[in-house]
Amino acid sequence: MPGKLKVKIVAGRHLPVMDRASDLTDAFVEVKFGNTTFKTDVYLKSLNPQWNSEWFKFEVDDEDLQDEPLQITVLDHDTYSANDAIGKVYIDIDPLLYSEAATVISGWFPIYDTIHGIRGEINVVVKVDLFNDLNRFRQSSCGVKFFCTTSIPKCYRAVIIHGFVEELVVNEDPEYQWIDRIRTPRASNEARQRLISLMSGELQRKIGLKVLEMRGNAVVGYLQCFDLEGESGLVVRAIGTACTLDKLSSPAAFLPACNSPSKEMKEIPFNEDPNPNTHSSGPSTPLKNQTYSFSPSKSYSRQSSSSDTDLSLTPKTAPYPQGARIYLCPSSPSLSCGSLHLKKSCLLLSESSLPPHPSSLVSPVLRKSVSFSEELFLAASGMGSGSAGKEGGPFKALLRQQTQSALEQREFPFFTLTAFPPGFLVHVGGVVSARSVKLLDRIHNPDEPETRDAWWAEIRQEIKSHAKALGCHAVVGYSESTSICEEVCILSASGTAAVLNPRFLQDGTVEGCLEQRLEENLPAGCGFCHIPYDELNMPFPAHLTYCYNCRKQKVPDVLFTTIDLPMDAAVIGKGCLIQARLCRLKKKAQAEANATAISNLLPFMEYEVHTQLMNKLKLKGMNALFGLRIQISVGENMLMGLASATGVYLAALPTPGGIQIAGKTPNDGSYEQHISHMQKKINDTIAKNKELYEINPPEISEEIIGSPIPEPRQRSRLLRSQSESSDEVTELDLSHGKKDAFVLEIDDTDAMEDVHSLLTDVPPPSGFYSCNTEIMPGINNWTSEIQMFTSVRVIRLSSLNLTNQALNKNFNDLCENLLKSLYFKLRSMIPCCLCHVNFTVSLPEDELIQVTVTAVAITFDKNQALQTTKTHAEKSLQRASTDNEELLQFPLELCSDALPSHPFPPAKEHLESASSNSGIPAAQRATSVDYSSFADRCSSWIELIKLKAQTIRRGSIKTTVTVEKASPVGEGNFRNRSSPPCANSTVGVVKMTPLSFIPGAKITKYLGIINMFFIRETTSLREEGGVSGFLHAFIAEVFAMVRAHVAALGGNAVVSYIMKQCVFMENPNKNQAQCLINVSGDAVVFVRESELEVVSTQQPAANCQPSCTGGEVTT
Amino acid sequence: MTSELDIFVGNTTLIDEDVYRLWLDGYSGLWGTVCGCRFGGAVVLDGRAGRARMSDAVALRVRSGILEQTGATAAVLQSDTMDHYRTFQMLERLLHAPPKLLHQLIFQIPPSRQALLIERYYAFDEAFVREVLGKKLSKGTKKDLDDISTKTGITLKSCRRQFDNFKRVFKVVEEMRGSLVDNIQQHFLLSDRLARDYAAIVFFANNRFETGKKKLQYLSFGDFAFCAELMIQNWTLGAVDPQADDMDMDLDKEFLQDLKELKVLVADKDLLDLHKSLVCTALRGKLGVFSEMEANFKNLSRGLVNVAAKLTHNKDVRDLFVDLVEKFVEPCRSDHWPLNDVRLFLNQYSASVHSLDGFRHQALWDRYMGTLRGCLLRLCHD
Repeated sequence: MPGKLKVKIVAGRHLPVMDRASDLTDAFVEVKFGNTTFKTDVYLKSLNPQWNSEWFKFEVDDEDLQDEPLQITVLDHDTYSANDAIGKVYIDIDPLLYSEAATVISGWFPIYDTIHGIRGEINVVVKVDLFNDLNRFRQSSCGVKFFCTTSIPKCYRAVIIHGFVEELVVNEDPEYQWIDRIRTPRASNEARQRLISLMSGELQRKIGLKVLEMRGNAVVGYLQCFDLEGESGLVVRAIGTACTLDKLSSPAAFLPACNSPSKEMKEIPFNEDPNPNTHSSGPSTPLKNQTYSFSPSKSYSRQSSSSDTDLSLTPKTAPYPQGARIYLCPSSPSLSCGSLHLKKSCLLLSESSLPPHPSSLVSPVLRKSVSFSEELFLAASGMGSGSAGKEGGPFKALLRQQTQSALEQREFPFFTLTAFPPGFLVHVGGVVSARSVKLLDRIHNPDEPETRDAWWAEIRQEIKSHAKALGCHAVVGYSESTSICEEVCILSASGTAAVLNPRFLQDGTVEGCLEQRLEENLPAGCGFCHIPYDELNMPFPAHLTYCYNCRKQKVPDVLFTTIDLPMDAAVIGKGCLIQARLCRLKKKAQAEANATAISNLLPFMEYEVHTQLMNKLKLKGMNALFGLRIQISVGENMLMGLASATGVYLAALPTPGGIQIAGKTPNDGSYEQHISHMQKKINDTIAKNKELYEINPPEISEEIIGSPIPEPRQRSRLLRSQSESSDEVTELDLSHGKKDAFVLEIDDTDAMEDVHSLLTDVPPPSGFYSCNTEIMPGINNWTSEIQMFTSVRVIRLSSLNLTNQALNKNFNDLCENLLKSLYFKLRSMIPCCLCHVNFTVSLPEDELIQVTVTAVAITFDKNQALQTTKTHAEKSLQRASTDNEELLQFPLELCSDALPSHPFPPAKEHLESASSNSGIPAAQRATSVDYSSFADRCSSWIELIKLKAQTIRRGSIKTTVTVEKASPVGEGNFRNRSSPPCANSTVGVVKMTPLSFIPGAKITKYLGIINMFFIRETTSLREEGGVSGFLHAFIAEVFAMVRAHVAALGGNAVVSYIMKQCVFMENPNKNQAQCLINVSGDAVVFVRESELEVVSTQQPAANCQPSCTGGEVTT
Repeated sequence: MTSELDIFVGNTTLIDEDVYRLWLDGYSGLWGTVCGCRFGGAVVLDGRAGRARMSDAVALRVRSGILEQTGATAAVLQSDTMDHYRTFQMLERLLHAPPKLLHQLIFQIPPSRQALLIERYYAFDEAFVREVLGKKLSKGTKKDLDDISTKTGITLKSCRRQFDNFKRVFKVVEEMRGSLVDNIQQHFLLSDRLARDYAAIVFFANNRFETGKKKLQYLSFGDFAFCAELMIQNWTLGAVDPQADDMDMDLDKEFLQDLKELKVLVADKDLLDLHKSLVCTALRGKLGVFSEMEANFKNLSRGLVNVAAKLTHNKDVRDLFVDLVEKFVEPCRSDHWPLNDVRLFLNQYSASVHSLDGFRHQALWDRYMGTLRGCLLRLCHD
């Protein structure tokens, strides 16, 4: 009996009138947990009842505590007929189960009814007394902390980052059960809400168990989604990154005084740091270490049966017409693959993905020893890494080797994090993605969800192999998603292939690493851009140049990633939101034919999306994308693709060339004229964008240093020829012209449309910037005003003559208009930046397109922005030059080391000969993506499709990465930031933001995860203001309920807030509508910096350490 | 391509003051006709008619030059306007009981904005309030709002809001003890100034003072509100007993009854003559209109005293202002009394009564004349 839940119902207010006669209500409350129910007295005739109940006590297992929500129902007492329900409150008590989080939940909660919305509020107090459970076979995982934040949360330090955890649970959807025919919509909605709440709890518990097995104490980047599969059921799945976190000792003086002494009682051993050595600063007590318990679990057994054998299982052997598909996407650094596997083929993998089986009893002792040996192994490789502090090929190889060995222990070396502790990310390879089309079938046995498990395992394998092809052993910024239409489901996964520093992946080395980090000779701000793959054996044709920053290593010409911009990355100018939008019509079809049609379309869509992204990136004069998220949604008669990313100009990468337009019919004079007109427009746009985003690459630096770098065009020629022939003979091609430029060939109206659409994207009005990452490159002096918002638009397409062009235009207009509206609405905040702009597109019905946007607008100080960018640019300049000095200091070492690993020596002759060309303005330089290779890639891609190549997994990926280094420059910039005078926040204000930080404030405490699911239905749509009125009210209510829960936990903000689902269905003829919303985030306590200053203490240096994605604010 | 749904919800509820004003002023946010094309051009065109179609509110915003300032399109403006209108509609329910707005959880609104929302919602148009001041706040009056709307040029919607506000405040404070202004302030969280205005409106509505007569048209709401405040302070039950029910709403019946006693001032010829001579002696040489005053004294005094004596009848209470204007303001005006002379006269007129030995109702006289003097001074203007 490990837990006692205590609930007190204090009072209600603003209750609805339930008795028309008296205009009053006789309210009472039912409190239910598990199968136990308590009732309060009836408080007669009041809209503001004061129940002041006794403490209702539930004695329950901690397993139930994790799974079950507390259910509070407010009813109106009726003597003669059945009591009428006023509404309900579900309270997730999970935050009370870990130490350090909330100790009590107490506050006003909106009383929610799925038909009427919020109807008054109720004041509730909830406490939990948890007893230590030493049972080693327990099924609960109380104490594992969950964070939605995709970086190491502020006020924690990552001791070890263990890796990927995933789980899914399935159930029948109550909406589709037979009983739904006879029950009320309210009952059905409530059954669904409750079921999803239960399933989320169970899922979290199971993930927690896995984390405990891995000896972690937290899950970071926890992302839980549910798939409404309709008839075939309901799937709740989650992924995350298991970590061992250590709370940074911070002056407790300014911690809000919500720590009750009883907290100590609740301290459970599992959240302790497994390594006492690293404890120096944490508030935890090392003595509790021996209480680790291990439950028999599948995770390890799974891992042991994993990797190589699994690879062979990837069902390329599927006996179906569509095998795995891969295609090479010309000039875009993403490797993706759509594959179609129909139902039965998936059984192939079932073995590797057995669900947790309590009966597979392995003695805990044995288990422990097993994992121990593994740790020894990791530790050994970790020690080796200490000596590998040198830059260059051998180091890289060594590093790779070590990390690989550390990572190969894992089935999936994936990390859901998008920002990392300094030094964690070594190189970035590029975006890897995989998609698969599945036919849904009924889940017969909810306890064994192996089909869904197998599906995901398959996709993950594919991702893993893509990463391998890029010479990377890990995938970061990993995420998964689905799109379902009828019985067809597209599963998608994507991430960024990367090489990681092994030292974070194992015990005990972080302390050392932190110190070493600064001494390391890794180039700051560019290391992550350096290619991780072998030049001689590139997975795809790419153009490599020497890094513009350190001039030592090769970099690709463009870099696409799904992660946030590393803190220390050297960036020139500002970033901007770049979107590719695409629609494709599809014939209506059933089942397998439909799935086939979709999977045939997928590669084309991916290709076009990437081409669009690439074109738009060039149009902006930028060379890298961060936070790339490609969403493909499936509808009855069309597919939609929406890619969002933040474009930046990385100082380490070459200047992108322009876009050239070529016409097919050169004889036609007017046509020529038209073409040249277009060309001029494009060139103007590029020039304008460069000015707008302040992209002025420091060209002078080359002259100052004597330019050891060949002129890019030349170089790319060289590299390409080499990569093709791996010949030492350098083919010098100095010819200028189309060949090396990024050429758009206009051969038909379609192409014309494409070019036009490129130019339709209007830049945001002055004073506005936008990005979909956590931080906006080039802006770092946020002021404290933030405004999080959600905007939803649904358009109905006229069903007549739908063509792809018309569709594309409609979709493009929809998105552009939406953005314009946002700029207009938020104009009072200028100068401001829209951060974390998250677009989701869905096709709820025929001819309906729904776009949902959630983002946060943050104001910044314009004047200071200018200053800091300047200093930033200057500093990056300086950095570049110092790095070059370093280069000169070790010429011998470099040559001897580099020679074997480079296909040609970075010989001085080349550099010198090239330097003569360096006077050419960057804008005129051709991009490294030249047309010929573009065509090559195109054709090879098409061939591949034709051949249905199933063996080689290649992608046109180029990208790179860096060894992160907490560059003093970066931190310096943050220090420069103003700590604005805080606007006096009134009591009760709860901020919400999709970012992991709050500008101008410091997060002092994480109170737990918020994960809420709501259904709202109406049968009086017109009366509620139509669809807009209905959804507007519902979203406002959802915000209100999130805020109320956070406030009740004692918090004043939600960070990493995300609206994961917003499913809207309407039936205007019946005057009905229904909407499902799923949101999550981390409840936190923050303190304004200005308030902090009062207690101002020197921040521990370690504070700056955990991936301070721009959120790091210094006093 | 038509837009089915278009919403924007902020964690902090956005309030655009200009749009709020348009909404309060009752301009429609909806399209005149359903229009197929909402995207693209700066002005949405109705194909057949060939003219711009947009809602009144949007058209007004366009006229304010906002499109030029921000570079937005009419479609953007329409979408923005609708968002605000929806928000306001949802807020309206809460605005009916402003303390609810403070405690509700659905909209996160900074306190300063909450105050602005409430203050503006309860603000009223001078033109409108003059039309309904002193009328019974009943369904009957509500039916007349159409006419008022036509007459004043204020939209019917706005008229309804203002009327409903008056009625709501009236209903809430009707039966309450304590100061009328305080009650209003407490239950509607209005500024002191606005709460005083509402007190006047409620007071006038309760006592049904006639304000609509043609000869009263020159008076502003401010004039009446000033008088109302003086009357509330001196002539109501609350003025003598702070614990009385309806204390500030109803006139003190006993006091009105007693006012009959003042009649002696004009009925007794000796007293009247004495009064006149006292006043004339004191003012000789000080008034520019002395001779007119001297000639008119008996008429004026008779008028003022008779007004007091008649206040026992409800009908006459209602006509208080008509009588005051007829009996005092108009004679003064026809003789072109300067305001300062009116003041001097009224002061002397009130004070001299204390020297009338035969008159025993000094306190009553002061309670009556103190207030009346203030009112009359305020009413004497063009």
